[in-house]
Amino acid sequence: MQYSLLFYQTPEVFAEREDPEKHKAFHAAFVPYMKAMHDAGIVVAGAGLQKPDTATSLRPGDGGHRVQDGPFADTKEQLAGFFIIDVPDMDAALKWAARYPASPGFGVEVRPCLPPADHEAVLRMMAES
Amino acid sequence: MDANDVVEQAARESYGRLLAFLSARSRDIAAAEDALADAFGAALADWPRSGVPANPEAWLLTAARRKLVDAARRRQVRDKSMPALLLAAEEAEVLVMEPSGLADERLKLLFTCAHPAVDAAIRTPLMLQAVLGLDAARIASAFCISPAAMARRLTRAKARLQEAGIPFEPPEADELAPRLDAVLDAIYAAYGSGWDYVAGSDPNLRGLAGEAVYLGRLIVTLLPQEPEARGLLALMLHCEARRAARRDAHGAYVPLAEQDCALWSASLAREAEDQLTEASHPGRLGRFQLEAAIQSVHARRAVTGETDWEGVALLYEGLVRLAPTIGALVGRAAAIGEARGAEAGLALLWELPKTAVASYQPYWALKGHLFAKVGSIAETADAYGRAIGLCDDPAMRAFLIARTEEVLSSRSRTRLH
Repeated sequence: MQYSLLFYQTPEVFAEREDPEKHKAFHAAFVPYMKAMHDAGIVVAGAGLQKPDTATSLRPGDGGHRVQDGPFADTKEQLAGFFIIDVPDMDAALKWAARYPASPGFGVEVRPCLPPADHEAVLRMMAES
Repeated sequence: MDANDVVEQAARESYGRLLAFLSARSRDIAAAEDALADAFGAALADWPRSGVPANPEAWLLTAARRKLVDAARRRQVRDKSMPALLLAAEEAEVLVMEPSGLADERLKLLFTCAHPAVDAAIRTPLMLQAVLGLDAARIASAFCISPAAMARRLTRAKARLQEAGIPFEPPEADELAPRLDAVLDAIYAAYGSGWDYVAGSDPNLRGLAGEAVYLGRLIVTLLPQEPEARGLLALMLHCEARRAARRDAHGAYVPLAEQDCALWSASLAREAEDQLTEASHPGRLGRFQLEAAIQSVHARRAVTGETDWEGVALLYEGLVRLAPTIGALVGRAAAIGEARGAEAGLALLWELPKTAVASYQPYWALKGHLFAKVGSIAETADAYGRAIGLCDDPAMRAFLIARTEEVLSSRSRTRLH
């Protein structure tokens, strides 16, 4: 079953990316974490995200889309990256989440993914319409 | 002491005994828990008003059995447990009249929680909840399980015990040994995952070390003639004795070999030794006595100033024959690596099945350590990298990162020569 590990950070932690020393320290822990997941053969996809202020959000409105700068949620913790992993169950997904090298200011949310799209079914639907 | 404090103290000291008494009669842990929770709620409401009763435990018991009987009546089914409940009610009345105390039936509860009908993975959480009254959320965090899933599994386990009509009795003599093993395994699982010494992860950080030691002392009190119960307690006490030395003043991880033994607790170590000596008298050796003996050899460093690694290795040989867990096999490789050289330790690591060690962090940490000793720098960095990636303890992760950097910088120094 597939699970999303969603990594959240506070603005202070995002700001640490600019600090070469702290950035290096994070990578010394994060790169092995990423490698351990790949070695375990569980990684489906993943990406690190740029800072929240680089986001642009769209909402459908009456006269077309309303486009705004920045992310949707105006919360303290913002999404900083994610992995989609394929493991037997939530217990196993949480074990991998616990290995994320998080210090205060980080958080991980683990959410089960919907079953992967059935491509055959999608193609049939397209053919029928 | 005000009424709230008395309720809290009663919860701490009497919860397990009250629950054992009630569930041994109703054979329904969940119903007994509900009734007991109601009774504690009633005490919080009543005692500040009307004063703390002379025998708080008997008061709680009377209130709880009343709730149990009411609940059973409400269910309006021909409940087989009804006669037993009514009997419990009478017994409880007698206790109120003669407050001489409650028979300790927690042994029944411990054996029921670790019954073969209960899934092995839920035995420890069930024990922590039934005997110590810990809530599902706290247990869930300690085991890194979703709180909702933990609550569901606990509910299912209690229902299973009730449906299967598992008797709340200690096992007969002929099946005591395997059933006791299950109880001891469950207590040990509350303490940590057994690889403390190789990997040095602090079981106390997992939040349940104190609870596990409490259960360890309890089982020794209840079954004083069982050497393995004493062995388990000795093992946990030896590990607890080193708690203060496992982290330095800045919270950094300190491996066992580098710990300052002046920080070890002499009194806990002595208590552990006494338990181990007592355990050895019947002459029935077991897994926990061996593990405790290994820790005992380590503890000797406080007296002799050095570690008898040959002695540790020998005990591990015995342990892997008795209980060849992956933790014991890695521990043996570590001991051999110290006693007979890093190559000998590495040779033992190569023998381990790849799938069993792929995500087993202590294996990779030890491998890195041994590669560093033989001077294989690239292999050291690889193995330590894997250990860092699999680590869920920030202090140990920081330690392994620092070790990796040390090894890599020694290479660049060598290049300069």
